[in-house]
Amino acid sequence: MNMNKTLQDFGDYLKSSMENAVVSVTQDRGQLIVTCKKDEIVKLLTYLRDDPSCLFKVLLDVCGVDYPDREKRFEIVYHLQSLRLNQRIRVKVLCGETDIIPSVTAVFSSANWYERETWDLYGVMFSEHPDLRRLLTDYGFDGHPLRKDFPLTGNVEVRYDEEQKRVVYEPVKLTQAFRSFDFMSPWEGADYILPGDEKADKAIEGDK
Amino acid sequence: MAVTEIKNLTMNFGPQHPAAHGVLRLVLEMDGEIVERADPHIGLLHRGTEKLIEHKTYLQAVPYFDRLDYVSPMCQEHAFALAVESLLNITPPLRGQYIRVLYSEITRILNHLLNISAFALDVGAMTPLLWWFEEREILMEFYERVSGARLHSAYFRPGGVHRDLPEGLTDDIMSFVERFPAMIDDVENLLTENRIFKQRTVDIGIATPEQAMDWGFSGPMLRGSGIPWDLRKSEPYDVYDKMDFDIPIGKNGDCFDRYLLRLEEMRQSLRIIRQCLDQLPDGAVRSEDPKLSPPRRAEMKQSMEALIHHFKLYTEGYHVPEGETYKAVEAPKGEFGVYLVSDGSNKPYRCKIRAPGFAFLQATDFLGKGYMLADVVAIIGSMDIVFGEIDR
Repeated sequence: MNMNKTLQDFGDYLKSSMENAVVSVTQDRGQLIVTCKKDEIVKLLTYLRDDPSCLFKVLLDVCGVDYPDREKRFEIVYHLQSLRLNQRIRVKVLCGETDIIPSVTAVFSSANWYERETWDLYGVMFSEHPDLRRLLTDYGFDGHPLRKDFPLTGNVEVRYDEEQKRVVYEPVKLTQAFRSFDFMSPWEGADYILPGDEKADKAIEGDK
Repeated sequence: MAVTEIKNLTMNFGPQHPAAHGVLRLVLEMDGEIVERADPHIGLLHRGTEKLIEHKTYLQAVPYFDRLDYVSPMCQEHAFALAVESLLNITPPLRGQYIRVLYSEITRILNHLLNISAFALDVGAMTPLLWWFEEREILMEFYERVSGARLHSAYFRPGGVHRDLPEGLTDDIMSFVERFPAMIDDVENLLTENRIFKQRTVDIGIATPEQAMDWGFSGPMLRGSGIPWDLRKSEPYDVYDKMDFDIPIGKNGDCFDRYLLRLEEMRQSLRIIRQCLDQLPDGAVRSEDPKLSPPRRAEMKQSMEALIHHFKLYTEGYHVPEGETYKAVEAPKGEFGVYLVSDGSNKPYRCKIRAPGFAFLQATDFLGKGYMLADVVAIIGSMDIVFGEIDR
């Protein structure tokens, strides 16, 4: 991984000045990633916005990433940009399914819809958000579609019912089962059991 | 005499309204003609692009980007291609980069042609739309000649562009570049000094530089407020650092400035196109790595290897090393970014699309507050809203 010296210095500076907020500073593809404690996010972003050596005045994006296997399932990712210094930074907060994250709408107005979107698609709650409604999905939608355990096809489908003269919701009926091909090579670290593998294990146990 | 109670009126604007630029439902709280609060309801065009991309290979994800902002498709493919290339750690060949820049700028003109003329239509001028749609058709012909499709081109692929320019195309683009400034002048004569147009746009929807940054603006919306910021200059990607062009900025941050700025951007785009055509080097247009780009058809008839590569590329695709990246391009509307997380498989683990219009639209409330209903239409028109990218 190519480490950028200036970025690393800046990351170290950030870590020393916001000691109780920053958990770790890493780099990936020449981009700075700062992991932050959940409750300190407002403080950190305010600092990043106002400190003369940061001046990250634009919040470009807030989004979630879902890792169902982890203990803290979601990563909330903030992308900030400094127009003055021509720098970008990525701030991450780890959060579990029931955790509530402090909203940063008071620091950046643009966070409003981004947090609404994250709530809508991942079901992560933000405290003190002025208007935490669903944003992209249908009125009265159930579930959080970008979670990894939400099916690609969704749960309901709509059609216009001629008899009731209105749009009705029905459970999804697939005429053909959803096909998901597995491209992991069995020679290179596929960790699932192929059909028939269990027999081999039994045979080994039988030998014992 | 009985005291009449005056109540605020709540009005639904859209989702089926010609000035809503698509499927925008705007709930307006009105005090007479004055807008007190604007609450945009979006998501009526939500297609779950991000979820779908998580279930497609990297190559299959490309066409989804055409369908986001369907007015400037290639710029979005560009962002995705850059993101995948950054994860794969490859650079496309020089000719490929030039072609990408060339087509990004054609796309910019394509986008601004629609935006300015539709904006003019919103505030009452019909003629620009009729004139400029003809030009758009010519530009889309250029699209068609390289990719086979007028709109959904899927032309910029990770590793370069899909195929080389056909013979004679550069001459035709050049003759377009020669001829086109007159068309810009024609419309400029109609609009820039037009009394009605100025009454409808000057001092409407003002955003100060601080507000523009606070609301996450980018592109012409940010430059309109007087901030000289363009990703083509500040983080040059592909061969933008070899190009000589200027970044126009506005003074007042109102709708009129944004219009003027886009007009000038088209002229600058013509400059870039001209330079691209002059400097266009020979050579390959896409990565030669057989794992990334398909073999030539003739080769496949002869070589077993090539056939296997072809089959593997179009079924399994390629595996992208683990990691994450955020790559942005200066799309005609503003910063279009792709945040890509890879888990080492052949499908993106997460692909977040950062659309510029999303940030603009959420500012409707603050931009439109205190203005008349008709001004909200002008504000939305000047924001350059396309719902494909906002709703995703």
